[in-house]
Amino acid sequence: MVEVRLRVNGVDELLDLPPQVSLLDALRERLGLTGTKKGCDQGACGACTVLADGERINSCLALAVQYTGREITTIEGVDDPLQRAFVRNDGFQCGYCTSGQICSAIGMLAEHAQGAPSAVTEHLAGPAELTGAEIRERMSGNLCRCGAYNGIVDAIQEVAR
Amino acid sequence: MRSFTYLSAPDVETAVRTIATEPNAKFLGGGTNLVDLMREDIEQPDVVVDITRLPLTGIEDLPGGGLRIGALVRNSRLAAHASVRTRYPVLAQAVLNGASAQLRNMATVGGNLLQRTRCLYFYDGAAACNKRAPGSGCAAIDGFARNAGVLGVSDHCIATHPSDMAVALAALDAVVEVESTRGVRRLPLTELHLLPGSTPQVETALAADELITAVELPALPVAANSRYRKVRDRASYAFALVSVAAAMEVEDGVVTDVRVALGGVSAKPWRAHEAERILLGAPATEESFLRAAAAELAPAAARPDNTFKIELAQRTIVATLRRLRTDGSAA
Repeated sequence: MVEVRLRVNGVDELLDLPPQVSLLDALRERLGLTGTKKGCDQGACGACTVLADGERINSCLALAVQYTGREITTIEGVDDPLQRAFVRNDGFQCGYCTSGQICSAIGMLAEHAQGAPSAVTEHLAGPAELTGAEIRERMSGNLCRCGAYNGIVDAIQEVAR
Repeated sequence: MRSFTYLSAPDVETAVRTIATEPNAKFLGGGTNLVDLMREDIEQPDVVVDITRLPLTGIEDLPGGGLRIGALVRNSRLAAHASVRTRYPVLAQAVLNGASAQLRNMATVGGNLLQRTRCLYFYDGAAACNKRAPGSGCAAIDGFARNAGVLGVSDHCIATHPSDMAVALAALDAVVEVESTRGVRRLPLTELHLLPGSTPQVETALAADELITAVELPALPVAANSRYRKVRDRASYAFALVSVAAAMEVEDGVVTDVRVALGGVSAKPWRAHEAERILLGAPATEESFLRAAAAELAPAAARPDNTFKIELAQRTIVATLRRLRTDGSAA
């Protein structure tokens, strides 16, 4: 067992875990924070996206012990205009991917604000306008099998403006 | 996932000493490949040495004009770094074309290089795989081989190394710095990954106790005029069918310096020496590009599923060089 100290949604948590427990399982099974979803459990779908010190990561591929001392934000700790924009723009159908989409979009908007380029940025040296194509590329790590992508892009674009 | 002993190394010396004394230990960086492989029981270390607290996270200018990149620099930081974007745009573009934003936030430079060369059958415990179970055969050779390699393949394995970053580094003459209890050594990135031959389970030239500490890029004026082009089955977040990293300088219509490397075609990032040899000093024309691309792919050997890659690789080389000539760099 290893001792893991996390600050989750502003609350200090002390956990005693086997080292192979993922951050995702620690959040869901030990802390009861089931808003973060397990989709593929192999880093392919983005349903488990949370923020670690404000940066979006796949919590399924993160061993909880590696994140000791870090500040984790899950959907339960989010109060953001993106949530209402997703509702207004039909940014989901079944809702399973939504908590990951929202956390990912928060991280993505922060990356863009810091000037990070993407694979579709025309000129890498300069800033990139957050077009629909940029949002789609930057959000490609979050799958939505209901296919609510148009609504997701509209919701993010509405908040970004 | 099997249990293991978790250790966090405070410094490089402790990390390499621990790995040297533990018989079945693995370094853990961002975890994006190793944790996945451990969950599938493909990797089964008894000891995991977490190296993410080592002070290897800097990107520094080198005296001669090159760049030194710490092995624990996250992929997203590397791609966003101003010097990388302007002096080595092909590298920024390659990194941004790999994986997803979440994975790039986690993955390290050293870990990206040391992710396993793999195909679908490597992950399938019920299938034959000489890489996962040496001597068991290769299910890919007569199986689903759309993503398999066409250059440097063997009768034992046709899997590809999936890194985009490594393809750009191969084109840029990058050097890898490695440390162990025996000291520090440096090797060209193009010598880090090995072709499968009859031992596809041996993927790199590193000993089990060696740690990548940094990647260095030389001062390379041609790199400022560079691009990465990736062709894949969907628009984003997929491995390359074929990718091309290229840098080219043209004066008075003649190619005066050029670097080309290919991804998605081999167990290593494939430096296209033959194409470069033909291009250097040749007129920067479509005809030269076609000739160089054809020569590079001449030794290719495909399966029915991936025969298309031979022509696709040639077309992608030509298209990337044409774009460099007409539009200049990605910066």
